[in-house]
Amino acid sequence: MRALFSDWGKLKASGVLGLNARNGDYIMRLNPRRNYPLVDDKVLCKKVLLEHGMQAPELIGVITRTGDSEKLSEILRGEQQFVIKPANGSGGDGILVIVGIVNDLYRSVDGRLFDGGNVAHHLTNVISGLYSLGGQPDHAMLEALVKFDPVFDQIAFQGVPDIRVIVFQGVPVMSMVRLPTRLSHGKANLHQGAIGAGIALCTGQTTGGVLGNHRVTEHIDTGASIVGFTIPHWQKILEMSARCYEAVGLGYLGVDVVLDRERGPLILELNARPGLNIQIANRTGLRQRMERVEAAGVKDAPAEERASWACSHFRR
Amino acid sequence: MVLALVLIALGLGLFAWKVSSFGFPVKPEETSEVWVVQAHVAVDPGAGSLKVSMQLPTRTPGYGLSDEHFISRGFGLAVDDKPWQRTATWAIRRAGSERSLYYRGVYFHDENRQEIAPRPQFPNPPLLREPFQTALLEIVDEVRQESADIASFTTSVLVRLNDPAPEDNLALFVEGPLKLDKAHIAQLLLSGARIPVLTIQGVRLTDDSNNAPIQTFIAAHDGEQWLYFDPETGDSGLPGDFLVWWTGDDPFVSVEGGRLVNSEISVKRQAVSSLSLATERAELHGSRIVEFSLMSLPINIQSVYEVLLLVPLGAFIIVLLRNVVGVRSFGTFMPVLIALAFRETELLAGFLLFVTIVGVGLTFRFYLEKLRLLLVPRLAAVLIIVVLLMAVVSVISHQLGVEAGLSVALFPMVIIAMVIERMSIVWEEHGPANAMLDGVGSLAIAIIAYLVMGIDLFAWWVVVFPELLLVVLGLTIALGRYTGYRLTELFRFREAVS
Repeated sequence: MRALFSDWGKLKASGVLGLNARNGDYIMRLNPRRNYPLVDDKVLCKKVLLEHGMQAPELIGVITRTGDSEKLSEILRGEQQFVIKPANGSGGDGILVIVGIVNDLYRSVDGRLFDGGNVAHHLTNVISGLYSLGGQPDHAMLEALVKFDPVFDQIAFQGVPDIRVIVFQGVPVMSMVRLPTRLSHGKANLHQGAIGAGIALCTGQTTGGVLGNHRVTEHIDTGASIVGFTIPHWQKILEMSARCYEAVGLGYLGVDVVLDRERGPLILELNARPGLNIQIANRTGLRQRMERVEAAGVKDAPAEERASWACSHFRR
Repeated sequence: MVLALVLIALGLGLFAWKVSSFGFPVKPEETSEVWVVQAHVAVDPGAGSLKVSMQLPTRTPGYGLSDEHFISRGFGLAVDDKPWQRTATWAIRRAGSERSLYYRGVYFHDENRQEIAPRPQFPNPPLLREPFQTALLEIVDEVRQESADIASFTTSVLVRLNDPAPEDNLALFVEGPLKLDKAHIAQLLLSGARIPVLTIQGVRLTDDSNNAPIQTFIAAHDGEQWLYFDPETGDSGLPGDFLVWWTGDDPFVSVEGGRLVNSEISVKRQAVSSLSLATERAELHGSRIVEFSLMSLPINIQSVYEVLLLVPLGAFIIVLLRNVVGVRSFGTFMPVLIALAFRETELLAGFLLFVTIVGVGLTFRFYLEKLRLLLVPRLAAVLIIVVLLMAVVSVISHQLGVEAGLSVALFPMVIIAMVIERMSIVWEEHGPANAMLDGVGSLAIAIIAYLVMGIDLFAWWVVVFPELLLVVLGLTIALGRYTGYRLTELFRFREAVS
């Protein structure tokens, strides 16, 4: 019992945000429900981001009816690499990454082969709402596969690492990079076994990672160090993330960024209820940082200014 | 937060009111002692019409009436409901042979201190013939010198009266030609001192008795209240078991147009459920809480509510386990429904049945995945498989003579089908470990909810005091703003701070 109280005290002292506090104190207060569709619907989100002049992976098409899943190859128009996403999916559920088409077989990122029927079945599952929030009928978004920057080759196993930035009232407050592993089947999802590596907010250097709840300093599949790796385009990533605040109007926001070899940082998706594991990856709490942002009242400054404010205040 | 407090206060207030004013029992199977008092009057009618009047208990300090009725076949009954004295009058034009009349009342202990009669006037001293008048005045003077107030005066009179060898003046009354009993001598003497005085008649509710004697007490008014004395002993105060029947010197029964053959009062002790007693009391007080409570519903509907009203309790446990402890589960309220099913199947059998059906169902579900069915047909297929499994389990267990297997039919099959579907998706997307974790979490919540909902006291409270659910609602609302850590987060974030 005493141990529990001391754990409690430690978490509180370092400003670790719990789920209840995230939901009750931040999401409910700062994220107006009417703005949720802007981030929950990935198709809509992409549109809004483009309107605000931000870059995102190219949209190939949207399949809204079960019958249309037969016309997949027509919609793809020769595209070999693409990703199928439930437009209203959550937590990475239902995402199918196809990296090539060989003899009418679709090869997924983890090396499995699907025939046209398998893929069509997946599409109908997506459309009938199997992966959507609350089981509502959904549509399937076809998105061009990011030609990911080889800088991560040494610290990612298959798949695309993505960078998560928590943006609080327009100010980036914490960041991590999610590194796919063999365990996560090439997906950048911490729940599925990807490594989360904290990033020093000013320099863009990784500070070490966690796998599950265990600390790691090397990638478990490649053995490369995940400490002190510098994320390219870091300044731009910070500013893009900050700008998302104006685009969707959510005070507590998770921004997922991927690096494209040719186009640079792209915004993959936004999240109105970003998870809390980022605190483990960075070994620090979100709460104190967010309280400092609120106290400073910088939410109305331009995005560049907010990014540099974050850089000067959250050095680690 | 104010709302939560208001709800909690309201719920507890109603609860306390029902317990204290009507004695609604807080615990199940509580019984109370009641006394069934029956007066039986036998009359031999004359040729013409017959009219029988009987005194009824009216003001009963220390006792409360819960129910009463009259049995008098063929008679017209009129109850004269005066505030200080009720009488029942039976009348019949032609009675024929000997007739019996009954009054039956159910009385329970009650801490009331009802006054038995209105505040009286000071009586005029009685005028007696000599030598009684002189003796009376001498006794009164004598006693008055030895006493301070009405209570001590009365006690003193009664002590003298009960002296085995009374002094001369008193002996005149006790042994003399007036032929008065002690109560009436005392009444006479007290009236001589202008003390308001009444005789009261009643019975002792001690043991079962078929012919309880009517006992007489005297009551003297001291300007504030009536004081009671036993004329036979001089003791003050009414015994705790004395039921006041009527006041004054009127006869218990009077008969016109016939002859009273017999009148007797029988007393019987009975244990009744406190709930029915409380219900009757509430009805007698003209309170509508019984009318507007679950107890007014037909029994079969009541038994439905006995289960339904436990659901809020289960929901509260879910809130507690998910938001304060941080247990993961499939579906928000699925565990409550499973817990309700456990109520019917018993825990162990229910647990095994649930695991079996979900396990086998899951196997089928993995096979269905290969058929590439669309969502709704696939859900329907899983549901059909679940129903078939339930039927198979029932039949097999019946053949094996295990009756617990039959209650499988009470499982919420749609819910189980959804669990299977969700579990298979988590299995595919997040791996078997996560699926198992969520499954175990759901079962753990269901078992805890089952154990809490199985506490007899809670089951009793929600039915008898549904207002306590307002307290549950208040607590739920209060917990709704709990933004502290979940217990499981203390472990989850350990690495974040070390």
